[in-house]
Amino acid sequence: MATAHTAHRHYYVPESSQWPIIATIAIFTMFLGGALTLNQISQGHEVLGAGFLLFVYMLFGWFGTVIAESENGKFGDWEDTSFRMGMMWFIFSEVMFFAAFFGALFYTRVLSVPWLAGAGTKVATHMYLWPNFLADWPLLKIPNNYGFKEAKEVVSAWGVPALNTAILLTSGATVTWAHWALKLNKRGQLIIGLMCTVALGILFVSLQAKEYGHAYNELGLTLNAGIYGATFFMLTGFHGFHVTLGTIMLFVILMRSIRGHFKPEHHFAFEAVAWYWHFVDVVWIGLFIFVYWI
Amino acid sequence: MSEAAAHHDDHGHHYNGGISRWLTTTNHKDIGTMYLVFSLVMFFIGGAMAMIIRLELFKPGLQFVDPQLFNSMTTLHALVMIFGAVMPAWTGFANWMIPMMIGAPDMALPRLNNWSFWILPFAFTLLLSTLFMPGGGPAGGWTMLPPLVLQTGMAFPFLIFAVHFLGASSIAGAINVVATVFNLRAPGMTLMKLPLFVWTWIITAFLLIASMPVLAGAVTMLLTDKYFGTSFFSAAGGGDPVLFQHIFWFFGHPEVYILILPAFGIVSAIIPTFARKPLFGYSSMVYAAGAIAFLSFIVWAHHMFTVGMPLAGELFFMYATVLIAVPTGVKVFNWVATMWQSSMTFETPMLFAIAFVVLFTIGGFSGLMLGVTPVDFQYHDTYFVVAHFHYVLVTGAVFALMAGTYFWLPKWTGHMYDETLGKWHFWISTISVNVLFFPQHFLGLAGMPRRIPDYAVQFADWNMVSSIGGFVFGLSQFMFVIVIVKCVRGGAKATDRVWEGARGLEWTLSSPPPYHSFATPPEPATIDGGYR
Repeated sequence: MATAHTAHRHYYVPESSQWPIIATIAIFTMFLGGALTLNQISQGHEVLGAGFLLFVYMLFGWFGTVIAESENGKFGDWEDTSFRMGMMWFIFSEVMFFAAFFGALFYTRVLSVPWLAGAGTKVATHMYLWPNFLADWPLLKIPNNYGFKEAKEVVSAWGVPALNTAILLTSGATVTWAHWALKLNKRGQLIIGLMCTVALGILFVSLQAKEYGHAYNELGLTLNAGIYGATFFMLTGFHGFHVTLGTIMLFVILMRSIRGHFKPEHHFAFEAVAWYWHFVDVVWIGLFIFVYWI
Repeated sequence: MSEAAAHHDDHGHHYNGGISRWLTTTNHKDIGTMYLVFSLVMFFIGGAMAMIIRLELFKPGLQFVDPQLFNSMTTLHALVMIFGAVMPAWTGFANWMIPMMIGAPDMALPRLNNWSFWILPFAFTLLLSTLFMPGGGPAGGWTMLPPLVLQTGMAFPFLIFAVHFLGASSIAGAINVVATVFNLRAPGMTLMKLPLFVWTWIITAFLLIASMPVLAGAVTMLLTDKYFGTSFFSAAGGGDPVLFQHIFWFFGHPEVYILILPAFGIVSAIIPTFARKPLFGYSSMVYAAGAIAFLSFIVWAHHMFTVGMPLAGELFFMYATVLIAVPTGVKVFNWVATMWQSSMTFETPMLFAIAFVVLFTIGGFSGLMLGVTPVDFQYHDTYFVVAHFHYVLVTGAVFALMAGTYFWLPKWTGHMYDETLGKWHFWISTISVNVLFFPQHFLGLAGMPRRIPDYAVQFADWNMVSSIGGFVFGLSQFMFVIVIVKCVRGGAKATDRVWEGARGLEWTLSSPPPYHSFATPPEPATIDGGYR
């Protein structure tokens, strides 16, 4: 790859930048505020909020700088390849982050819940600790509900979750439709495709929020409802958070498209966000199958 | 780095003066220097904690610290040394050396690079500030096993967030290495001509990208278990505390190779240089490193043989673990074969590299013993384990770091270091480190448990010997600092090639190299795949 480009041009190495250190200070402040809040120290929220504001300021600054560089033609194919690799491996690291929670789900479903009910060599645990415990999934009756509040019911797969699956899959199609348009330089179709994708993203998150309300208020399914509630909300919660981020990223891409950014042959930011969107889509398929459905 | 200032205007780039140069730099050498200095500082902070541990264990009974502080010293010593000393040191070496070794102008993502570094001091501020909080620092061990770790007081969220922060730094650094090596190699620098340090670092980078997010997930579940009512690790709610161990060690075992693979790379650069002979079996070295990395993902439960796994699990993890001895054996064989019938000289880097081969292999053998399930039932959580991983991490990773520092210090500073002082540093370190850790094998075999501030009197003699070794080793590291400071400030002028047998692109640059090294890529003819 390098061979083709080095003969006639330099790799773009940016000048010194204040944004990374501001990012660090912002995240540090948020962590500090979070830790103080969790320790019930009263100023925690203010520190957290200040860190968040600084973080948002940093996002505008850092991305603004990079967008300006991109629009001024600083990045060629050679730099693009670095960005692509960076985004690709960042998404892979996100996959591994979700893998930890999927691992927890599979381990409890397949191994440890049956063990608690006396499967395998764990008869003694069952006999002496919780002889009445029965392995079941979704697990509504937990071994000992001291400190926990059992759920009455779990969210059915064939209501809102199935609808949300359709919404997210459709949004994957609309973002691809927008991408085709960008490559053919059909700006109108690009903007319409992105608008649809953003709208579907917002719809997904709203329905998910409504479903959370239903789970908490009517079904009694909470973070505190034992291992089913814990894995359910951890997986769908982090997924929902990623959809929210993805929607914000798509919105930024939409705004840039309206301003006339991106060229048919040069639009890394669009592709990075599209990859990210497909990634949250794929995670959702895993969630729909293993959390809601089977 | 006043030398660098001379090259101030090399290619029309400039940097800010004073502290803001370091805060905002995007230069791989500046960032590499910051990583290395930070790592050295953390090495002494973690070392001071080790001194407190050895002081308390000098005699049976409680002398100096209360058990809570002792436990937080063992916990923080591990976290500081792993995440603060060894990992940043490797990233520092990667920053300095990889662009120069592959003929690149800089790292591929320079601003991300700055961010990866600056996270570290802030993350350690979060972590180490806990020592001054009511309730003290985290004291449940660096493995953070629930339910014990959930009893941590105010320090708990600081511990978790510090781990998240450090993980982000590692992932960003690893992504940068991958993008740099795959995208910024000079024309003619094919993959199988890469110096082994670059190879081992790419493999390390993949290990980091795959394992650090899993740790982030694990500690996130700890956080929600403590504050948000989840029951991942509580059997009462249908979870399982052993689940944490599985997830943690899925990160933790690749982490072990993250700490040691770059060491293999450095030793593979140093031994051929001072043996004046190409490395024996270059391609087998590459494949062995890959095989070790692959195996590292399927051996995690050998850290948990005693938790009560099904027999099939015990057997699988035992065989997979012992299998790692094969590629590791290939590496040790190749280093020895490189030295065979060569014209060796014994400058300080070579001394450290040879000590690495011998002492790391001892650590490898004790690892083999621990990998055998029935034997591990006896050794688990004893000082034998402590002896094992200190052989691989101190006389392994840290010795390779020192070897690498002596090896490239003349290149970085433009001055030769004080060879006499370097040799003194080597011999005192090597003798004292063995006095420190070898007796711990005996203590462990005799049954002394890990992570205790007090012990039965039968263990008194070897603990005293071990502590004496520890104090000497700790003090002797000040010689390392003196050598470095003297070398930075002046000394005999280093030539470009520095070492007679040195091969590779970094030696074609001046000593010290210009602020921007390969703004235009080197001629393909200068790439000789010297490490083959």
